[in-house]
Amino acid sequence: MSDRDAIIRVEEVSKRYGKVTAVDRVTLEIPRGEFFALLGPSGCGKTTLLRMLAGFEMPSEGKIFIDGIDMSTIPPNKRPVNMVFQSYAVFPHMTVFENVAYGLKFDNVAKADQYGRVMAALADVKLDHLAERKPDQMSGGQRQRVALARALVKKPKVLLLDEPLSALDAKLREAMRFELAELQDKVGITFVMVTHDQDEALAMAGRCAVMDRGKLMQTATPSNLYEFPANKFVADFIGSVNLFEGTLEVDEPDHAIVQSEELGGRIFFDHGVSGAGGEKMWVGIRPEKIELLKREEGAAPPTPEDAPSGCNVTAGIVRQISYLGSESIYEIDLINGRRMQVSRPNLSRWDQEDFTWDDEVWLRWHGDSPVLLQS
Amino acid sequence: MQDWREDKTFFRATIALPVIWFMIFFVVPMAMVWAYSVGENVGPVDVAITGTFSNYAKAFSPEVLKVMWNSVWLALATTVICLIVAFPVALAMTFADEKQKTWLLLLIMLPFWTNLLIRTYALIAVMRNSGVINSGLEGLHNLLGVFGMQMGVFEPLPLLYNKFAVVVGLVYVHLPFMVLPLYAALDRLDKSLIEASLDLGAGHLETIRRVIAPLATPGIAAGLVITFIPALGAYLTPDLLGGPDDLMIASLIERQFKRANDWPFGAALSFILMYITLIFFAIRAFMERKGGKVGAH
Repeated sequence: MSDRDAIIRVEEVSKRYGKVTAVDRVTLEIPRGEFFALLGPSGCGKTTLLRMLAGFEMPSEGKIFIDGIDMSTIPPNKRPVNMVFQSYAVFPHMTVFENVAYGLKFDNVAKADQYGRVMAALADVKLDHLAERKPDQMSGGQRQRVALARALVKKPKVLLLDEPLSALDAKLREAMRFELAELQDKVGITFVMVTHDQDEALAMAGRCAVMDRGKLMQTATPSNLYEFPANKFVADFIGSVNLFEGTLEVDEPDHAIVQSEELGGRIFFDHGVSGAGGEKMWVGIRPEKIELLKREEGAAPPTPEDAPSGCNVTAGIVRQISYLGSESIYEIDLINGRRMQVSRPNLSRWDQEDFTWDDEVWLRWHGDSPVLLQS
Repeated sequence: MQDWREDKTFFRATIALPVIWFMIFFVVPMAMVWAYSVGENVGPVDVAITGTFSNYAKAFSPEVLKVMWNSVWLALATTVICLIVAFPVALAMTFADEKQKTWLLLLIMLPFWTNLLIRTYALIAVMRNSGVINSGLEGLHNLLGVFGMQMGVFEPLPLLYNKFAVVVGLVYVHLPFMVLPLYAALDRLDKSLIEASLDLGAGHLETIRRVIAPLATPGIAAGLVITFIPALGAYLTPDLLGGPDDLMIASLIERQFKRANDWPFGAALSFILMYITLIFFAIRAFMERKGGKVGAH
């Protein structure tokens, strides 16, 4: 992966605090003009990486290039990036206008041009009518807009956002998702956002980098992260997944079979997987990719009509149901006692009545539904 | 929770002792001193309260005004130097990690817990003609002489018994008064405000000038006042380190009560010192009101 037009290149960057490795040999490229998300659980090193991009932390090893320039010796105030802080960090002793104008003083912008640029930036975040307000007279959402305008007015090459939505209430958060994505589209600046919220990252970002314990797990588009996770961690962190340990028994070009003690049987893939047979592996199946069918005592497994190349069927009993309105989530015990999660959209108003507690069911999924994970 | 003032008996019981204490050891003596300040000497030990203002008038004689001017000037210089020295110290403490913070605080407080007399004599030992500084300089001077750069006979620097010595001593004694309120104010500051300033392109000095100092105004005001007030009334330090021309108002007051045996004049001077102090408190309250508006969230 050597995108010619990468605005940010992170090369083998590590950050250590004493014995703790916060960021562990991360290599990453962020294309120009993209909405990029650094996603991971708390303590995964995503914020440390963001702070290294801003210049507040220096890498213990490795190099960071922004627009082709090595940032090793460049302090935060000389970097072509600006940050929106998690706490917003709006200066309490300045008006909104003064806050936004603050950064222009150091850019050699003529006094005459400052007013126009500040007001334009405030208009971008719909705050031009509150320019003379003090931050303590504003809501959290408004203060965040001040922080956004204050950073964008500098026309940075990259805008860094540290958990931008975490301090907002649920409704506002939802609205800000779209607004931030629209704003990014409008200004065309590369956005790099740190978040622990997978929904937020999937909804807003064009690409996400998933991190765990300082290491980069996978960089991909949201749909590729979900449908083609690189490993167990990503599969589990993004959405829900049923994971089964197993060994690869058959690996032909047109199909593959994994023997899994945990599932109590074999898992069929209708495509070849390239992995050495016999090795320990994991199979991940998303809850919504499993079909629920009624099962009668002693009846044979249903034969798939729409999957001629092969299908997976196993028996179970419904133990728990979470009715979420748009869908229902069923916790199902397999014959061997292992629990599986199946979600089912409530397509009609009566769908949730199809299954109830202790129903005996078949679980069926297509050969192209499971994903094979090597680590 | 129940308001304790609602419970009248309990409230009275807790407040009674402090009130009695305050009356006996503060209000009554102050009233007596105030009474003396409008009295006249009628014998070697007797003072008649006559309601005269002659003692206050006497305070406006050129000699006394000179001492007062000296006091204000020396205390102001001390306060400003303390601010200049303490600000970086407080800033460094704010950014130190927890363990270093404890040690730095201890270093600041250690002299504070040492007897003033001992500290002052230690300063004399350092600054006198045969003290650490002058012997060091003399050694350097002689060393240069060995290398053929003899520059005449060594003259020890006049470090003691002048205004310089008084200011050094006052700064030394009062530094903790400045460091602690500054540190308290700076430590409360949201560190991301400083990072935001750097991120927006400001250098470190610009960040101090435009973000840190304005937001630390209440702490700076508190530090200025609680440094200036004790420095203005300092007695031991100017007495031991100053020369005959460096008299401060506390020494003058002491002389009235002892050597001159003029209690009414001493009392009047005491009250003038207190009025000056109150004026500076008023200035502080004014600054705080201004700063409070700025720092409010």
